[in-house]
Amino acid sequence: MELTVLNDTEVEDAAAKGGCSAGSCGSTDDQVSQLPEHIREKVHNHPCYSEDAHHYFARMHVAVAPACNIQCHYCNRKYDCANESRPGVVSELLTPDQAVKKTMAVAANIPQMTVLGIAGPGDPLANPERTFETFRQLSEKAPDIKLCVSTNGLALPDAVEELSKHNIDHVTITINTVDPEIGAKIYPWVFWENRRIRGKKGAKILIEQQQKGLQMLIDKGILVKVNSVLIPGVNDEHLKEVSKIVKSKGAFLHNVMPLIAEAEHGTFYGVMGQRSPSADELQDLQDACAGDMNMMRHCRQCRADAVGLLGEDRGDEFTMDKIENMDIDYTAAMEMRKKVHDGIAEELAEKEAAKKQNIIQIDSSKTYRPVLMAVATSGGGVINQHFGHAREFLVYEASSEGVRFISHRKADQYCEGDVSCGDGETVLQRTIRTLEGCEAVLCSKIGFEPWGMLEEAGVMPNNDYPMEPIEEAIMKHYQKMIDDGLLDEVSDEQHVSA
Amino acid sequence: MALSIIESCVNCWACEPLCPSNAIYEAKPHFLIDSKKCTECEGDFADAQCATICPIEGAILDSFGVELNAPGSLTGIPPAKMEAAMAEIQAR
Repeated sequence: MELTVLNDTEVEDAAAKGGCSAGSCGSTDDQVSQLPEHIREKVHNHPCYSEDAHHYFARMHVAVAPACNIQCHYCNRKYDCANESRPGVVSELLTPDQAVKKTMAVAANIPQMTVLGIAGPGDPLANPERTFETFRQLSEKAPDIKLCVSTNGLALPDAVEELSKHNIDHVTITINTVDPEIGAKIYPWVFWENRRIRGKKGAKILIEQQQKGLQMLIDKGILVKVNSVLIPGVNDEHLKEVSKIVKSKGAFLHNVMPLIAEAEHGTFYGVMGQRSPSADELQDLQDACAGDMNMMRHCRQCRADAVGLLGEDRGDEFTMDKIENMDIDYTAAMEMRKKVHDGIAEELAEKEAAKKQNIIQIDSSKTYRPVLMAVATSGGGVINQHFGHAREFLVYEASSEGVRFISHRKADQYCEGDVSCGDGETVLQRTIRTLEGCEAVLCSKIGFEPWGMLEEAGVMPNNDYPMEPIEEAIMKHYQKMIDDGLLDEVSDEQHVSA
Repeated sequence: MALSIIESCVNCWACEPLCPSNAIYEAKPHFLIDSKKCTECEGDFADAQCATICPIEGAILDSFGVELNAPGSLTGIPPAKMEAAMAEIQAR
């Protein structure tokens, strides 16, 4: 495929389409709106930090950092797969020069791309020369791109000084525990001072380095987000303490992600049968931590070489062989990018204003129990997707207080035409299982067979709101459920937010 | 007296900067150790550095051809368990 720099009209089109999903979700709960102004200014167009921004702005990762200095039980260092979308997986390792070229090619072709991250496939700070060379060149050649980096934290204290030089105002540290006993169950070893240190002793070193690095970044005024992998039976309850501690040290956002563990990934947890958390368990923990800390709920756990809006990956369009001969006029690209970014800002402001006007107000003298609803959307903030075509569902909670975004849930597409219909039924059943806990699913269209199966599973299918804005449709449907007498009134004492 | 890297190497670069003798070099399909330069880190470190950071069991051999990181020693997955899981996946 030939890539060209888009002209202005195409750019506007591209900006109008959302790659991933919904419009401005989290009307009562956008974590960014709770942040102090100086931080909000830094994150408002960062798709990974702002729930609102992630429907409009795109990110990319460049895989320049293959080496790692620790082993995690959820990671298999042998993994390299084009069809897998999860952290630690890449298809093509890049040199810093190649990474810079790729970043500028993507920036010129996907003007919504505002953020370049280095996230692996190993640990970026265990590859300091490659990581910092990439940042150094990009700070100079593409100053309109935000740079960020994620790390396990082991080498972080030594890297803080260098990080502060490169226009990097966001760092993500993966902190799964602050207790070496628990750490020994997650990290079999760390490489430290020329030795492989195993078990509790290794975990203790890692934990100390993470906490020290976190403090140093905060002292330098660099924003820190903390990622934690929720591992049932290992660190689940403990993550509440982690959340308190990282907040007290000054991290601005905590992202609790579910463990991904399948035997076929060849990871310790996968092979040993460690289960992943259910959607309910994840949500309960996020809600429990939310009292202390801004929680992030829209993370898609993307690959170390992902390109595009969260939830989509356009990496295939920008492989090295495709971009090698591209000639990028970055000065022109920067002007065009600015137009697009301003356009998005305007659109977001309009949507925000419209949302305030249009949302149905539920009679606040009565309280009804909150309801989870799933939505099928292909972007733009409206209900516009066929149930069978949805790759993911967005789950919202409707309550007397309004709508809030809860999570996304991945679904296998069961309806792919004639090719794969043989296996259709089991995939459909799996999809329905992922909607557990939801009382309705709003989509543009739905087939007869899944309708019946969903009903049977207690998830009411609905196609009454095609092309309507998500939050409005959800509140309408919530009101309808109240009117239909499906939601008994609850007294305030009984009211527990789900 | 020299170590060697075999085909299970995943080319992660972790070992290359650690070698005190600059004996490790990038090659296709995987990294190699120059046997003339390799000292097995004797005199420099207590443990051979490449084998100490290598995440792949069995990828680095000693001069007798013995794996420096035996199966299960780095991931903690008992080899029998790994075999059973892989056999189960194959059978699907």
